[in-house]
Amino acid sequence: MTFLWAFLVGGAICVIGQILLDVFKMTPGKAMSTLVVGGAVLDAFQLYEPLIKFAGAGATVPITSFGNALVHGAISELERDGWVGVITGIFEVTSAGISAAIIFSFLAALFVKPKG
Amino acid sequence: MLHGHRTWVFERTPVISGVATVVGPEEGNGPLADDFDIIHEDKMLGQKSWEKAEHQLLEEATKLAVENAGITKEQLGFYISGDLLNQITSSSFTARTLSVPYIGVFGACSTSMESLALAAFIVNAGGAQYVLSATSSHNSTAERQFRYPTEYGAQKPPTAQYTVTGAGAAVVTIDEQAAGPIITSATLGRVVDMGIKDPFNMGAAMAPAAVDTIQAHLKDLNRSPADYDLIVTGDLASVGYDIALELFKKHQVPIEETHYDDCGLMVYDREKQPVQAGGSGCACSATVTYGHLLKKMARGELNRILVVATGALLSPLTFQQGESIPCIAHAVCIENRGVSS
Repeated sequence: MTFLWAFLVGGAICVIGQILLDVFKMTPGKAMSTLVVGGAVLDAFQLYEPLIKFAGAGATVPITSFGNALVHGAISELERDGWVGVITGIFEVTSAGISAAIIFSFLAALFVKPKG
Repeated sequence: MLHGHRTWVFERTPVISGVATVVGPEEGNGPLADDFDIIHEDKMLGQKSWEKAEHQLLEEATKLAVENAGITKEQLGFYISGDLLNQITSSSFTARTLSVPYIGVFGACSTSMESLALAAFIVNAGGAQYVLSATSSHNSTAERQFRYPTEYGAQKPPTAQYTVTGAGAAVVTIDEQAAGPIITSATLGRVVDMGIKDPFNMGAAMAPAAVDTIQAHLKDLNRSPADYDLIVTGDLASVGYDIALELFKKHQVPIEETHYDDCGLMVYDREKQPVQAGGSGCACSATVTYGHLLKKMARGELNRILVVATGALLSPLTFQQGESIPCIAHAVCIENRGVSS
């Protein structure tokens, strides 16, 4: 059952992205930012964590999860360290994703020619 | 020379004495492959960048056109050329090699007929014996300049068009003895902007400009579509072609009297090739006209055609800033000798 919900929820988020591109004529960059902000806003209302519990990777793999992680880190550090935590906490949870992007991009650039 | 409002009639019959077309792999897989002089299987042409590849396309087309005209480049009076790149570098860099007086023009994808009309005007007025008119475009240079980086892999909607990788060149001269089709008239377009802002729907933006120029041409010369074996637009593709048909109907132009087609629909097989609505780019009308259509004329299958090259005069900055897309179309009438009475 978890697989089915992951598939449906993840797919639904992608459908929203496709609608942003096709109906609202957004550029890919704008659509991506909108989804990130959407995830961040959902987490501010504490709605994204329940979605992850429900759909697993269906909610963590799409880019909305990145917005959720940004806000999540900021809020948890805010509670621990006060206001300065908002600044330090943003990258607390997301550092793995960002570092992975840098490292794998670097490795890809070493072996293939990445520019068109 | 001037007939009506904006049509030049060339009474000294400038002749297209030599042409050349060079294309890339996707065009080489298309239905017109047999009509192109050189087909490159490598989109890079062995160069280090897309821009260098496009420059190479134009170099090859201009060199071959001069050879086909049976002259040397020293005999050229002027070289008129334009392309889609910023500061029309493909054209200017080719002019550096040719080393003849150079007139750089920009009419986006209408450049093919804009430069041909100017070439005909110059030789007709006695401004030169031989004028070389040429243009080029490359799918990947256009893609990264006007749309997204080529390595980005952004989705494209079905209304988008596929920029033709290629170059077309034509030598125009005044010579009674020279074989080749003659340029009898040209109608210059005015800029038409219907407020369309979607750079992935150029055909729809350009269709009104094409219809405007065709109407002006017919009115200036007091002709009807039936006077042509073929009226062909540059790169409206499937979306723009249908809009143009509607506009002809609305403006009561009896386009059904002739065969009306579009180079953007002819250059690819849209069923089999990943080109969305069809072809576009300066090289679209240039390679189809100089490669395919002039060969049909030489075989006598067509005797008088009107080529209406369409251009979208936007820049990447203007559409990012939310401006609409101004469009233009230039028409050139090409005939076999002895058709006009």
